[in-house]
Amino acid sequence: MAEIQVSRLKKSFGEFVAVQDSSFTIQNGEFFVMLGPSGCGKTTTLRMIAGLELPTSGEIRLDQEEVTFLPASQRDIAFVFQLFALYPHMNVRKNLAFPLKCIGTPSSEIKQRVEEAARLLRIDHLLNRSVSGLSGGDRQRVALGRAIIRRPKAFLMDEPLGALDAEFRNLMCQELKGLHDRIEATTVYVTHDQLEAMAMADRIAVMNHGVIEQLGTPSEIYNKPATMYVADFIGSPPMNLLTLPNALEPGQTEITLPGDGCGTLRCPVSTQGVQADNLVLGVRPEHLLPEQNGPLPGEISAVEYMGTTQILTIQTPYGQALSRVRSTHAFGEGQSVRLNFAAQRASLFDKSDGKALSMEVTHG
Amino acid sequence: MSSAPPHEKPWGKRLAAGLVIVYALVSIIPLIWIFLTGFKSPQDSISYPPKMVFSPTMEGYVNVFTTRTRQTPEYMETLPPPETWYDELVRSRSMVIAGPSKFGQRFLNSIIIGFGSTFLSVFLGTLAAYAFSRFKIPLKDDLMFFILSTRMMPPIAVAIPIFLMYRELGLADTHLGMILLYTAVNISLAVWLLKGFIDEIPREYEEAAMIDGYSRFQSFRKVVLPQATTGIAATAIFCLIFSWNEYAFALLLTSGTAQTAPPFIPTIIGEGGLDWPAVAAGATLFLVPIVFFTIMLRKHLLRGITFGAVRK
Repeated sequence: MAEIQVSRLKKSFGEFVAVQDSSFTIQNGEFFVMLGPSGCGKTTTLRMIAGLELPTSGEIRLDQEEVTFLPASQRDIAFVFQLFALYPHMNVRKNLAFPLKCIGTPSSEIKQRVEEAARLLRIDHLLNRSVSGLSGGDRQRVALGRAIIRRPKAFLMDEPLGALDAEFRNLMCQELKGLHDRIEATTVYVTHDQLEAMAMADRIAVMNHGVIEQLGTPSEIYNKPATMYVADFIGSPPMNLLTLPNALEPGQTEITLPGDGCGTLRCPVSTQGVQADNLVLGVRPEHLLPEQNGPLPGEISAVEYMGTTQILTIQTPYGQALSRVRSTHAFGEGQSVRLNFAAQRASLFDKSDGKALSMEVTHG
Repeated sequence: MSSAPPHEKPWGKRLAAGLVIVYALVSIIPLIWIFLTGFKSPQDSISYPPKMVFSPTMEGYVNVFTTRTRQTPEYMETLPPPETWYDELVRSRSMVIAGPSKFGQRFLNSIIIGFGSTFLSVFLGTLAAYAFSRFKIPLKDDLMFFILSTRMMPPIAVAIPIFLMYRELGLADTHLGMILLYTAVNISLAVWLLKGFIDEIPREYEEAAMIDGYSRFQSFRKVVLPQATTGIAATAIFCLIFSWNEYAFALLLTSGTAQTAPPFIPTIIGEGGLDWPAVAAGATLFLVPIVFFTIMLRKHLLRGITFGAVRK
């Protein structure tokens, strides 16, 4: 097991910069998820850690040892591919044994370890089957088995659940997490699915256009998005982002909205100021709630029933906002509402650079 | 499902099957003619209308493998009784066997040169195709076009320069020379065909093997090659058919030690009249290896032709 250090990693394909200046450290035993839309550089970063792609510049260290330009075969890392990449001309047993054969493991030990891994993944009844006849989930398990069998320094997984059915994905998600907890291996997991990321990660790196927008625990990412991009990317529906015409002074606690019928809202206390028209207020739909004397007026334009909750689409003077409320309250289209939120639940962003304002540390 | 019951095939399919059968019959008639003629006596072979029912004889096969001399009846009387069935057959035509013909050796030449150049084309072609498929190569497209361009004129157009070149280099009438020549002609086909096949094999397989600890070449050997067998088999058949059948260069560049069967078989005609059964026997034998090779690889060949279409 190992710690992976990535510093100032950069990769460009001709003019196109896939990854720019990424630096982060993945702790020993951590489940680290790289999350982002397709083309954001997450897979390229993973492939560079694996040695399948060579960086343009920067450095990768595995347990302090520099491996930046070492071939994949010499890094002792396992990689699970999105489409599994099981060797189609070998049966399950041979697929699992393939990494061990390479290092000249005696055949009695290979047999024992293959069966051990197969039991762990509950595929021991499939050992003599051809891989082409397996279901998606079983192929996934074989691919995982091939990864764990060598007891490598780290596991790299490139959207390993992407090719599975939605219902099956949840199950495999739990299995993966369980597997990680049992063997406590450093795992780097790439996905574009935020639910997978939230469910499994110890820490998440949200990437966009080759840049890490935010690196933190799932709850940090969800509750304190570092950029407007993260705020908009995470959550379903995502965070409401309302551009306010006000300027903001450092230490200011209240914002008086200038529009018709608007009131004064309490805001989180920032240590930074923002120029007029650049202030963006971010509130999650479940925190932006209708309230008798709320400062933000609006009119409901759509109601979407979701079971226990319903999502209201509300037109406010500062743009469209979504509110998630319990289904027990009845709301109708065209109804006027006033919205409010708790100050500590909100985020403030500076539109000019898209970054969150740094907050005063509040206790309690 | 509202499809027709299994015994009732749609008429379109029937028509297609009918056409294929007619085409197969038309194609096979010359082969049947050659096969039958090989077992006819010289009289039967030239009778008109052609005899479909005749008493088969091995005379053609004996003649293609032997040289014979005509003897006077007086001399024949002095010989001891014939030792073998073919001695007897030849003597019934008042001739004796003078020795083996060159057919066996020419046939062997065909096998050496045909399979040798096929092996070399496929071997080099696979390596080149893999490199073109997987690596960044400067001027890749131009190189691929250059390789293809060697096919853009009939090879025989350069026969004279090659003849002169080979004479200078001492490659004329050598096995090596013919193998190199056929390889040069086949390699473009091999590279292009195989590149298509290797492009279809996802890179993830090799990457997985490299992650599993194997070097690039080991991954190629253990993971890419087994999956490329279909393409390799199909390519090998095409290469073999060309070099096996090639006539013009063989006629021009070989006359003795490295002469292949195609230029040799017609020379049988010249030896003592038009010996059609011997020519037909030689031609039949000449067909055997390629038919055998094709049948051996037919599974791959069929899959190879429909490769892109059926792959998941």
